[in-house]
Amino acid sequence: MTGSELSILIIDENRVRAAIIEEGLREAGHARIAIISEMSGLVRRIEDAAPDVIVIDLENPNRDMLEDLFRVSRAVRKPVAMFVDKSDTAMIAAAIAAGVSAYVVDGLRKERVKAILDLAIGRFHAFERIREELETAKQELSDRKVVDRAKGILMKMKRISEEEAYSLLRQTAMSQNMRIAKIAEGVIATSKIFGSESK
Amino acid sequence: MTCKPLIPVRAGFLPLVDAALLIVAYEKGLAREEGIDLHLSRETSWANIRDRLSVGHFDVAHMLAPLPIAANLGLSPLDVPFIAPMALGLGGNAVTVSTRLWTALAASGASSDGDPLRVGSALGAVISARRDRGERPLTFAVVQSFSGHHYELRYWLAACGIDPDRDIAITVVPPPLMVAALKSGRIDGYCVGEPWNTAAVQDGSGRIVTTKSSIWRSSPEKVLGVTKEWAEANPGTLAGLLRALHRASLWCDDKNNAAELAAILAGPSYLDLPEALLLPAITNEIALGDSAPRRIDDFLIFAGKAATFPWQSHALWFYSQMVRWGQVTPSAERILAARLSYRPDLYRHALSGLGVAMPGASSKIEGALSERTHLPASRGQLVLGPDGFFDGVIFDPDRIEDYIAAAGIHAALHKN
Repeated sequence: MTGSELSILIIDENRVRAAIIEEGLREAGHARIAIISEMSGLVRRIEDAAPDVIVIDLENPNRDMLEDLFRVSRAVRKPVAMFVDKSDTAMIAAAIAAGVSAYVVDGLRKERVKAILDLAIGRFHAFERIREELETAKQELSDRKVVDRAKGILMKMKRISEEEAYSLLRQTAMSQNMRIAKIAEGVIATSKIFGSESK
Repeated sequence: MTCKPLIPVRAGFLPLVDAALLIVAYEKGLAREEGIDLHLSRETSWANIRDRLSVGHFDVAHMLAPLPIAANLGLSPLDVPFIAPMALGLGGNAVTVSTRLWTALAASGASSDGDPLRVGSALGAVISARRDRGERPLTFAVVQSFSGHHYELRYWLAACGIDPDRDIAITVVPPPLMVAALKSGRIDGYCVGEPWNTAAVQDGSGRIVTTKSSIWRSSPEKVLGVTKEWAEANPGTLAGLLRALHRASLWCDDKNNAAELAAILAGPSYLDLPEALLLPAITNEIALGDSAPRRIDDFLIFAGKAATFPWQSHALWFYSQMVRWGQVTPSAERILAARLSYRPDLYRHALSGLGVAMPGASSKIEGALSERTHLPASRGQLVLGPDGFFDGVIFDPDRIEDYIAAAGIHAALHKN
């Protein structure tokens, strides 16, 4: 049996993350995947999707609403369990640590759903790594801007070359055991106080 | 000063005024005085609180009072036993309706003083009129199925002859999204904790029609939730935390601290909201609509009247409502499981050295005190009450079956 008959719904306001999960599921042979990123009219859209498995991120405040929906709605086939297997505590802990939760309708074979959840956990981690890399890249970019500005100030104040200005920043950073961007920020702040930054 | 290393305790909370005890225990250094390094994590849903507590991401949590009971009755997705060794106050909720619905209620005789009976009668009339005109049923929102909000809303409606399952629709909306849902017309009213009633009033989109304290005075709302496993493995740390929370409750209860408490709760890592939204609940001076704030005694009680004592009769009342509304089928074992979800023994043990007036019993007859009553306690005098239900019905925890049978859903009232 292939996984392709299962209908999977991803509820995630983060469209990038939802797309990453979807891609993974498609690669694994799942074709019936729906994504909800817009939380208005959630109930009707869940009913329309008629999912067997729902994957939702833990940041979504609508989890309480979702669980109530499963409990009382007649229109939605009731996912009876969160996760596949209450006794698989390691899997549950791994999912919650990754920031994802899943709801599953009754009667599905454990192995099939477990594979989907494993994949979702992996993709959540992957997304987290991408986000961290992006943060680092942003930080580096802003560091470089700060250093460039400090270099300009030093060149003007001390009438030195760009190379000399950079080397001065680097030496100071090394001797004070600080990041070069921090030293550069100090230069900019100081120049503001003394009004030597004319630009 | 001792050099004993602090014991880390991780606590989850939802950004609501009644998370105050945990926040103050940290901010005023009260947890630290007990040797506890309290780490607070703001969460976005009660489901997250439950799940993170279950898998051990949190050691303790700010929790809806019925949630530990629901977990122990197998109504929760994960089978992890919870206990409530302490309550985090009494009251604090209100029922808010859209200005549009309020206009209709006022025209049908609702009083503007928050009287649940008169508002409820008017609501019954509005519901009948809507039905006659073929309009859709009104929709009310609560924050979670296993919540004080849900049960007090249903209790109030049913006692006013409104069948909460047939005459209206009840849905779940997260607290911070309530006002937007009301504005959009998706819901007509809601029952929620503060500051989300005041938020609709200040915003002009809603009106508070009654309060939890008017429906059932001095009634349970949030507890400290702990897994049974963690409580058993860390008895000393838990006792220290309960003492810190007790001191926090006294600090929060002191009206001289109201402004500072509002300022603390307003902080970016806590509620992250203007202080003006938080002060009404803290001072019990509530504006119901566009008129001046009025004093509502016991709207929210942080300490006093044994506000943090985990009464087993409270747990049993929640159980009775779970049965009443078909969430669980009744059994003697479930009664026992519900009762043992609340642990006054741990509370007594932790606070025994502090000279706190402690109730001698673990259960009481709810709704029996029509006025302030001095009771003999293990130490000094304990003041309780008034604690009445607005319809005058009394809950005797030793006669749960009778109580549930008599309550029905009051549908008989409505049929003619």
